[in-house]
Amino acid sequence: MSEHTAPPPTTAVSNPPVEALAPNLGDGDIVLASATPDLPPPTRQLDKLAKLIDISKCIGCKACQSACIEWNDTHPEIGVNFGSYENPHDLTSEMFTLMRFNEYEDPETGDLDWLIRKDGCMHCEDPGCLKACPSPGAIVKYSNGIVDFIHDKCIGCGYCISGCPFDIPRMSPTKHVVSKCTLCSDRVAVGQGPACAKACPTQAIVFGTKDDMIAHAEERIADLNTRGYDKASLYDPAGVGGTHVMYVLPIGDKPEEYSGLPADPKISNVVQGWKGPTKSVGMAAIGLAAVGAVLHSIFSKPNRVTEHDRVEAEEMVDDILGPEETAELATPNDEGKA
Amino acid sequence: MAKREFSESTDRIVATEPVEVRRYATHTRINHWFTAALIVLLILSGFALFWPPLFFLTGLFGGGQNARFLHPIFGVVACFSFLLLFLQLWKLNIMRREDLVWARNIRELLDGQEENLPELGKYNLGQKFVFWGMFWLLLAMVISGVMIWQQFFPDLVSIPVRRWAVLVHSISAVLSVLIIIVHVYAAIWTRGTISAMTRGTVTGGWAWRHHRKWLREVARRQDTPPAE
Amino acid sequence: MTNSWTDIKNTDLVIVMGGNAAEAHPCGFKWVTEAKAHRGAKLIVVDPRYTRTAAVSDYYAPIRPGTDIAWLMGMIRWMIENDKVHWEYVRNFTNAAFIVQDGFGWSDGLFSGYDPEKRDYDRSTWDYVIGEDGFAEVDMTLEHPRCVWQLLKRHVDVYTPEFVENICGTPVENYLHIAEMIGETSAPDKTMTSMYALGWTQHSKGSQNIRGMAMLQLILGNIGMAGGGMNALRGHSNIQGLTDMGLMSNLLTGYLSMPTEREVDYPTYMSTRNFKPLRPGQTSYWQNYSKFMVSFMKAMYGDAAQAENDWGYHWLPKLDVPNYDILRMFELMNDGHVNLYFCQGFNPLLAFPNRGKLTSALSKLKLLVTIDPLETETSRFWENHGEFNDVDTASIQTEVIQLPSTCFAEDDGSLTNSGRWLQWHWKAATPPGQAKLDTWIMSQIFVRVRELYRKEGGSVPDPILNLSWDYADEGDPTPEELAREVNGRALTAVYDSTDPTKVVVEAGKQVVNFSQLRDDGSTMCGCWIYSGCWNEDGNNMARRDNEDPSGMGVYPNWTWSWPLNRRTLYNRASADMEGRPWDPTRPIIEWNGERWVGSDVPDISPTARPQDVGPFIMNPEGTSRLFSRGMMRDGPFPTHMEPFESPMQNVFNAEMRGNPVARVFEADVADLGTSDEFPYVGTSYRLTEHFHYWTKHNRVNSVLQPEFFVELSVQLAEEKGIQNGGWVRVWNKRGSVKAKAVVTKRIKPLICDGKPVHVVGVPLHWGFTGNAKKGYGPNSLTVFIGDANIETPESKAFLVNIEPSEEPVA
Repeated sequence: MSEHTAPPPTTAVSNPPVEALAPNLGDGDIVLASATPDLPPPTRQLDKLAKLIDISKCIGCKACQSACIEWNDTHPEIGVNFGSYENPHDLTSEMFTLMRFNEYEDPETGDLDWLIRKDGCMHCEDPGCLKACPSPGAIVKYSNGIVDFIHDKCIGCGYCISGCPFDIPRMSPTKHVVSKCTLCSDRVAVGQGPACAKACPTQAIVFGTKDDMIAHAEERIADLNTRGYDKASLYDPAGVGGTHVMYVLPIGDKPEEYSGLPADPKISNVVQGWKGPTKSVGMAAIGLAAVGAVLHSIFSKPNRVTEHDRVEAEEMVDDILGPEETAELATPNDEGKA
Repeated sequence: MAKREFSESTDRIVATEPVEVRRYATHTRINHWFTAALIVLLILSGFALFWPPLFFLTGLFGGGQNARFLHPIFGVVACFSFLLLFLQLWKLNIMRREDLVWARNIRELLDGQEENLPELGKYNLGQKFVFWGMFWLLLAMVISGVMIWQQFFPDLVSIPVRRWAVLVHSISAVLSVLIIIVHVYAAIWTRGTISAMTRGTVTGGWAWRHHRKWLREVARRQDTPPAE
Repeated sequence: MTNSWTDIKNTDLVIVMGGNAAEAHPCGFKWVTEAKAHRGAKLIVVDPRYTRTAAVSDYYAPIRPGTDIAWLMGMIRWMIENDKVHWEYVRNFTNAAFIVQDGFGWSDGLFSGYDPEKRDYDRSTWDYVIGEDGFAEVDMTLEHPRCVWQLLKRHVDVYTPEFVENICGTPVENYLHIAEMIGETSAPDKTMTSMYALGWTQHSKGSQNIRGMAMLQLILGNIGMAGGGMNALRGHSNIQGLTDMGLMSNLLTGYLSMPTEREVDYPTYMSTRNFKPLRPGQTSYWQNYSKFMVSFMKAMYGDAAQAENDWGYHWLPKLDVPNYDILRMFELMNDGHVNLYFCQGFNPLLAFPNRGKLTSALSKLKLLVTIDPLETETSRFWENHGEFNDVDTASIQTEVIQLPSTCFAEDDGSLTNSGRWLQWHWKAATPPGQAKLDTWIMSQIFVRVRELYRKEGGSVPDPILNLSWDYADEGDPTPEELAREVNGRALTAVYDSTDPTKVVVEAGKQVVNFSQLRDDGSTMCGCWIYSGCWNEDGNNMARRDNEDPSGMGVYPNWTWSWPLNRRTLYNRASADMEGRPWDPTRPIIEWNGERWVGSDVPDISPTARPQDVGPFIMNPEGTSRLFSRGMMRDGPFPTHMEPFESPMQNVFNAEMRGNPVARVFEADVADLGTSDEFPYVGTSYRLTEHFHYWTKHNRVNSVLQPEFFVELSVQLAEEKGIQNGGWVRVWNKRGSVKAKAVVTKRIKPLICDGKPVHVVGVPLHWGFTGNAKKGYGPNSLTVFIGDANIETPESKAFLVNIEPSEEPVA
C-alpha cells in the first residue's frame, strides 16, 4: 500500500486512482458519535459530499442494487414475485438499497408515470438513528456527511430503526447488528465513489461534493422544467438538516408518490422526547430523589419504634389472647399453633 | 376464628415477650427478593442502554450485545415473579377510607408525630402506592418492552408505535426507579421495617405503631375460644 | 447500427419502437440520457407496454403488437402530406426519382405477382426501367407517375391517422403529437435516431418493420447523419459478430452469400454478382465481390485453392433450399432427418418457438452435443422437472454429451458490439474445472475427424482434408492467430492495381485493409469487412485511446470499427450536394474542394466529387432505396400484414393470414389458434435484471428478479378475477405456462377495430435450471413461423388465453 493517502473523491464516474492508497477517513473525521457526549473535536473539516439520484434519468435497472450486493458481499435471499418489480420486497440487512416502483396517474391528465426510486440511507445531516443509538460510537457521522454504522459496537437493540425518519436501518436476524447503506465509506476513504454510482449506466446516480451536486441538480431541474415538469425539485429536506443523499424529483411537489418518500421528514418528536427530556429530566429526578433521601436521612430523625409502642403492643396482645396463650407464645415458635 | 380483613393467613404472632409478628412467609420473602434482584439487573442493564455515561455497566453482562439480549429476558422473568407477588399481596393493597385520612396527615408522619394518624391494616397508603405503582409501571414496561423487542418481535408494531413504546418504556423505567427509591428509603427510614423482608417478622411495637389494625386482627385470629 | 452507441448523444430526437433500450440495453442507453441532458433531446417510446424506457421518455404511445408497418406507413404519409420531407436528400440520396416498371402494383394487401400455391411472389416486375444506355431511368422532378416517389405516395395514401388508430390502437391525438415531433427532424440540421431490437425483428414481417423506419429516416434525411441512423440494438454482446462472421446458414463471412446448388461453378456463382452501376459514375462497391470471395476461399483452403479448381468453390456447401435456419433444422429433426445436433452456445429449448415441438424433435436425435459454460435446459431436455419439464425420461433415447466451455471473461478475443466496434478483451479468470475454449473444443473435434477421413476416406473427404489449418498448435489455435487470419495477408507480393510494378504488400505481410485484397490468389482474408482489424500496425481492436478530438463521440482510436474503422455508415450523406455538412454544428465529413475530410473515415472514395458520386456506395444506384426492388420476398414497400395469430383480420384482405409469403410448415398449421378461442395478444420480452437464460444461474440476478411472471392490465385482471401476485395459467394450442400475475396500469386495453384488445406480456428468463425459481419461457406459447426473409421467429405477437390458477408442481 502506498504511503500516500487517497484524495477525497469528487465524482463517481471519472477514473479514480488505481494505486492502493491509505484510507483517508478516520476517527479524526468523526463529528458526531452515538451516545458520546464528550466526543473530541474533529482534526479537520472534509468537504461535504453527496450522492445525487436523478429520478428523471433512472431506468430502474437495479445495477445499483447488484453493485451494492457485490461490493458489500451481502447475501439477500432469492425470493418470489409478489406482483411487482420490487425485489427483494423491502430493504433488508442484506439489501442496503432497493428500487421502488410506483405507477402514478396524474389526477388531471390521467397520464401514467412509472416512478422508480432508489431507496436507501439518506445520510442525514441530523441523523435520527445516531440520536437514538445507545451504544457509544456504534453510529458515527464524519465531517464529509457520511453516517456510518460501526458493526463491532452495535448491540442489536434496534433503537436506530425507531430513530430513522426514513425507515432505513434493518436488523440482521442472525447477526443481531443493524445494517444500512454506508455511502461506501470504505470506497470513499480510498478516493472512490460509491459502488452504486459507479455501476449506474445512465449516471442517474452521481456523486461528488454537496455543492457540486446541488449545482448539477439545478441544471437537471431547469431541463425538467422545459419538459413539462414545472414542479421539479431537489429533495434535500431541511427537517433533518439536509441529506447527503439527494433526489431530483420530476414531480417535486409530491414526494410521497415516489413510494412514500416523506414530504417533510424530521426526527420524530417522540424520539426527541425520549432521547431529550426523558433522559435529562428522568435522570435528574432519580438523582434528586436519591440525594433527597440521603439528605432526609441525615437531617431528619428516623421513624423509630418507641418503648411506649412496645408496651402498647404487649398490652394489646395480652388483652386479646389472655395470659395463658400469651405465655404459650412467649418465645418465638415458627410452627405456631393452628 | 375471627374474620380476616387486614391480614394474610400466614401472618401471626410468633412471640409475646417481647411481641413478635410474622409479616411475610418464607416463600413471599424469596419471591420479593428474587423480584428485587431481577429489578436490580434490569436497572443496571436498562440504564446502561438509557444513559450513555452508564453504558459501561453493560460490562457486567458481558458487553452490549449480551446486555441487550438479557435485559428483556430479565424483564419477562421479573414480571412473572412480580405476578406471583401480586397475587399474594393485591387484596390487602386495596385502598380504604382510612388511607385518605392517613394521606392528609402525612406531614405529621414525616415529623414523627403519628398520634393523630388513623389505625391501619397491613399496608399504609405509601406502601400501597409503591405496590400499585410498580404493578402499573411493570405492566407498561412489559407491554412496551415486547413492542421494542427487536430480536423476537421485530415486526409486531409499526415504527411510529414503536417510538411511543420506547418513550413509554423509558418514562416507566424512570418512574419505577423513583418508586423503588421511595420504597427502599421508606423501609430504611422506618426503622424496624427491613426485618419483615429478612427474618419475616416485625416487632410488636412496630406493628402497633404502624399497622395497629393488622396487629389487632392477627392477635384476635390467634385467640383460641375457650374449650367447650 | 449505422451509427455507433456513442453517436446517439448527438441526436435531437430518439424514437424507441420495436425495442426497449433502457431495459435490454441499459449501458448503451446512457447515450440517450446524454442526448437528453446535454442536447435537450426528446425521447419517444412506442410500445404495447409502458416500459422502463417509457419511464424516462418525453412521450409515450401504445401500439398493438405486430402492427408497426401500418404505424410507420402512416407516419410517412403524414410527412409527405405536411411537407416534412428533406427534399434535397430525398431527391439525390434516395431512389425516389427512379422509374419503376409498369407491371408492379399493389391491391388487396398484395403486390403484383402473388402465387398462393407457392406462397411466393414473382418479383420480376419489381424493378427499374432500364434505359438504352444501360442505366436506370430517373425523373429528378419526382413527378413521373411511375417514379418511386409517386408510387410511394400512392402506396401510403390509405394509412390515415384514423386508419392507423383502428389497426394499431394508438389514439389519433398521441399519433399526431408524435408525428409533429418526428416531422421537426426533416429540417436538414435536425436528426432523429431510431433504436430498435427484437420488438421489430421477431415478426413474420420483421424485415419490413425495419424497412418502414429506414424509409421514414431517409425521407427525413436522417441516415448518415450524426445523431441519426437506423440503430439495431443487438441482443448479445457479440451477435453483430455472429452475422458478420457468417454464422447464418445462407451466408459466408462478411455478408458474402452461400452458393446454391444451381450455381454449379464459380463463374456461374459470380454471374449474378457483377453489381454493374445503375447510374453513371457510381461506385457500386460490391464490384469487388470476387476479391473478397477468392480471398475468403484462399483462407479456407490455402494452397489447395487455385484458379484451376475455382479456388475450392466446389468444396463449399451448396444450399438446396433458401436457408437451413433453426426452424427448418428443428422441423427436419422432428421429422427424423437429423441424427446428430451440435448445439454450441445456444439454448434452443427456451430460445426458439413451440417448446413442445422442440422437445419432440430433440427426442428423435441419436446424439446431442451441447457446448456451453452453463447448464442449459437444452442439455437437460430429457430430465423430468414436474410441470416445468414434463417429459417421460425413459422414453427418450437421445444420448447427450455436455462439453463445458468458457465464459467471455475466461478467454482472450474480440466481441463486436452493435456499433460494429471490434473490442478486444483479455482473459480475467481461469476457466473452472474442465471448461475449455470453444476454439479448443472445435479444433480437437476437427483434428480427429480429419484423421478419420485421412485413414478411412469417406464419401466427400476433400472439404475436410483441404481445409487450411495453419496454426502453431493444430489442436488449439490462439485468438491472435484467428484474428490475424480474419484480417488477411498477402500470400505472394501484391501489386498496385494501377501500377503493376509497385508492390503494395510484401508476401507474408498482413494486408492493411480489404482495399488490398485481390482475386488472383495473392491474398487471403477470413472476413473481408473485418480486414484492418489486425494489420501490420498490430491489434487495432486492442486500442484504448479515449481521445475524442471532435467532441462528437467518434473516439477514432478506441478499438476498431468495421469497415475501415468507419464509425458512421453512409456518412457522405451528412453533407449536401456541394459537400457541405447539412448541420455545420455537427459535421462528420466535408468536401474541401479536393477530398473529403472530417472526424470520421469517409464512406466514399476520399476523392470522389460530391456532385458525381452518390453516398450509398454499396448500392449500384449510388442511392438508398425507398423501393427495394425484388430484394425482399414480401414486397418492395412494406405493407400492413397481421401476425399469423391476431385478434383482427387483415383490413385489406380478410383471406390473408400473417405474411403471405412467410414459410409455414404443414405440421404447424394445426397449432395456430384464433381469437375466438384465444382472445388475448401475447408478447415476449426481456427484463433488465436478467440476460436471456444465463443469469438465472447467478445468485445476484436471481435475487433481483427471482420468479417467472406475466403482466396484464388491471381491466383484464378484473374481467378474469386475477389477483395481483396470484398464480395464473396462460395457454394456447402449443402449450401452457403457469406464472405469477403482475397486474399493472402500464398495460392498457387498446381499441382496435372497435373492440378492446388485451395484451399479456410474457418475459423470457426462466427455465428449470439455475438459481432462480423454476419457471417457463414464452416459447412454450410462441408460433413456429419466421420472418419471410430471414426466418426470425414471430415471438412478439401470438394469441393466448388466461385464467387464475394454482402453483405448479415441481
